Amino acid sequence: MAKGIRDKVAIIGMGCTKFGERWNDGSEELMVEAFQECLEDAGLERKDIQAAWLGNCFDEAGVGKSALPASMALRLPNISVTRVENYCASGTEAFRGAVYAVASGACDIALAIGVEKLKDIGYGGLPEFNSLMGVVNQLWMANMTAPGAFAMLATGYAARYGLDIDEVRKALAHVSVKSHANGALNPKAHLRKVVTEEQVLNAPQIAYPLGLFDCCGVSDGSACAIVTTPEIAKSLGKKDLVSVKALQLSLSNGTEFAYDWDGAHFITTSKASTAAYKESGIKNPREEISMMEVHDCFSITELVTMEDLHISERGQAPRDIMDGFYDLDGGVPCQVDGGLKCFGHPIGASGLRMLYEMYLQLHGRAGDRQLKDPKIGLTHNLGGFPFMNVCSIAIVGKYGA
Amino acid sequence: MIGITSYGGYIPRYRLSRKTIVQDMAWYSPVIMAVAGGEKSVANWDEDAVSMAVTAARDCMTGRDRKSLDGVSLASTTLPFADRLNAGIVAAALNMKEDGVSNADFTSCIKAGTTAAISALESIEAGNKNSVLVVASDQRRTKMATMVEMFFGDGAAALLFGKDDVIAEFKGSHSVNCDFIDHYRGAGKEFDYGWEERWQRDEGYGKIIPQAIGGFLEKTGMKIGDFDKVIYPCYFGGTHKGIAGKLGINKENVHNNMHAVCGDTGTAHPFVMFVSALEEAKPGDKLLLASFGQGCDVMAFEVTDRIKDFKGPNGIKGSLANRAELASYQRYSKFRDLIAADLGIRGEANPSSALTVLWRKRKMLLGLVGAKCRKCGTPQFPAMPVCVNPDCWAVNEFDEYEFADKEAEILMFTGDMLAASVDPPAIYGLIGYDGGGRTMLDFTDCDLDQIKVGMKVKMSFRKRYFDERHGFTGYFWKAIPQARGGDA
Repeated sequence: MAKGIRDKVAIIGMGCTKFGERWNDGSEELMVEAFQECLEDAGLERKDIQAAWLGNCFDEAGVGKSALPASMALRLPNISVTRVENYCASGTEAFRGAVYAVASGACDIALAIGVEKLKDIGYGGLPEFNSLMGVVNQLWMANMTAPGAFAMLATGYAARYGLDIDEVRKALAHVSVKSHANGALNPKAHLRKVVTEEQVLNAPQIAYPLGLFDCCGVSDGSACAIVTTPEIAKSLGKKDLVSVKALQLSLSNGTEFAYDWDGAHFITTSKASTAAYKESGIKNPREEISMMEVHDCFSITELVTMEDLHISERGQAPRDIMDGFYDLDGGVPCQVDGGLKCFGHPIGASGLRMLYEMYLQLHGRAGDRQLKDPKIGLTHNLGGFPFMNVCSIAIVGKYGA
Repeated sequence: MIGITSYGGYIPRYRLSRKTIVQDMAWYSPVIMAVAGGEKSVANWDEDAVSMAVTAARDCMTGRDRKSLDGVSLASTTLPFADRLNAGIVAAALNMKEDGVSNADFTSCIKAGTTAAISALESIEAGNKNSVLVVASDQRRTKMATMVEMFFGDGAAALLFGKDDVIAEFKGSHSVNCDFIDHYRGAGKEFDYGWEERWQRDEGYGKIIPQAIGGFLEKTGMKIGDFDKVIYPCYFGGTHKGIAGKLGINKENVHNNMHAVCGDTGTAHPFVMFVSALEEAKPGDKLLLASFGQGCDVMAFEVTDRIKDFKGPNGIKGSLANRAELASYQRYSKFRDLIAADLGIRGEANPSSALTVLWRKRKMLLGLVGAKCRKCGTPQFPAMPVCVNPDCWAVNEFDEYEFADKEAEILMFTGDMLAASVDPPAIYGLIGYDGGGRTMLDFTDCDLDQIKVGMKVKMSFRKRYFDERHGFTGYFWKAIPQARGGDA
């Protein structure tokens, strides 16, 4: 029986760029910026890193193939570097690679870095992906975009629980209002303006029933982490360690799309969170999780995810949201750093950016948005589409907690 | 007995009132005001001659065994491929058998439909074939503010010819072929080029149709008065009447040229008119059909008793009833790509049309054929090597399963303003088929505010993309939400 990853690996350094429209920076500049902060935070040098993983999604529109862009930009010392791509879970996948390498004993100190340079394509939204879905899919799949694919979930959710779409939209508006309020407190966030529910509800429609403020920012950015074993961390003089409690991944197998699914939840998130709680020893997530960064690519994704993380009861996420349960001063603060919504969503960096916030909070370094004595943080990515996706969940916390 | 065993028809849902054209374009060419009555049918932006032909052909084959067809002939002057059998696309969309059939394109002349029909009947008469489907379809591009823009509509119709259960017996034909050029379209040209109207009317339609019908009567010994309906195209209203006068046909025995309801549908028009006549026909009725274009084909039919039990497909009547007004001339112009509107950089991506994939997946991509698991009975699309049912996961144990004629229900949907689309928002959703199976499809022929989760949808074969660089048209199936009417 697998014992899992709990407390086997500690994060000893992290870095994250300011996210945003970084017109004057490319992937190289972004990676180096995050990496320099991370090295300094860890108190290490390049030569100490024994293996690295690069997370990046739209390599066609950004870094290009292979892990060479990271190895060359960071001038890594001819070590193994691997590029991973798993849609929006790419950053967490890079982290998983580094963590597993350390846990296996294959190396002592490993780097995970994620980067995405999205603003080199000349138009809003993510790069066109229908033509990147494979030679068969591109000949028949619907003319989808990310907002459209996720917007469908809102109609599915409303139908499943017999809700009027306007009721759902109200809860969705609160999701975005809350994230904007949090993002305003974060100097590294892309979008730092507070918005009102009225503004959100009256914004131009992007994909029915989602409006502009239901969609996250498309940003450039990079984030990274250096991991090692708790023993080595201690030997390096590190105190108040932040350790990995769980790392889970779950992928669709076609069931939702072609067999059976209520169109109102993520099968993968539901399974990955259950496995992550088991791995980390969490019995009651609603009570035990101090804070979360979930994949709020669209407001509806966050709403539904609250149920798939088994924190809100099925059908009850709108109520919890309206009650302020996920606000900064709520029961389980969510999107503490502004989320994808306001911190931004450079795809390959996002998973690591979420961990960056958990890391800052656990060390009490989160500035104006610092929560009181957090112990356990959960991060969640959802790549692909509601009906066909990749879900990653990471739980980190104080070592021994 | 040899003759027609089934019919089908398709007129696109959008209708453009000629008044709308006049309002927006008469400043440029006041003469168009002369024919401002009625409306013309307009193919949606994702339709062309082949996709409309598939819809008409499927309509004609409703409840019939498509595997028993010995061939399909496609007649059109607006085929998307100059070298790739367009009828072959129709055949694949019908999931016809490939072995032992003979398919053909009949093209380059708007009487090609009747020519194909005569050829089909001859091959059946000769005993070489039992069942041949002939479908005629046209979607002609016209320049703005021209008389032909006023006259022309889009549409398709299909006739199934055979020996068994004949609903209209073939009573003979006669053809005139001559190189009379009322208009032409040079190879590679977008638009027709025509001589003045009096030439087309007086020396063309007005002489050649009477000549051919006269020849037919003389050859067969039949009399014009024998016919309950005489059906011939001619979009010049006065000339249409004049031909009847010349031939001594009573007013009530002349079939309306359908200018008011859909306009002249080109190669499809003789069939479109004929199908609409068949839809009203009684046993014993005699119908005379004539076409026009570098001559004239004349064909005679006698309706049999079987017409009483014939379960009518949607037909011309049904598709005319499914109508939505296209209120904007600009939108029409964009559908036909007559004006340059920006699709955005997102719209620049060109899908690679891998010919290997198009061959390997032809049943899936053109026929909407999925699989049904032999072990658990689950219908599924697309067909994959492993069953989608998590309690089964049988490997390679499937039978072919057709989804194209299944109805489905909308499970979730959206209207996407970000997606590059000729007609935003791009509407699509997840649908669940009656009897099992589900998939995600683009929706078409619908208005976002009419759509609801739970609404029924039907499948429709449509143009999916056009690769401008290589001139390749890709097709796939879309879902049509079953909200009747609508207003665009």
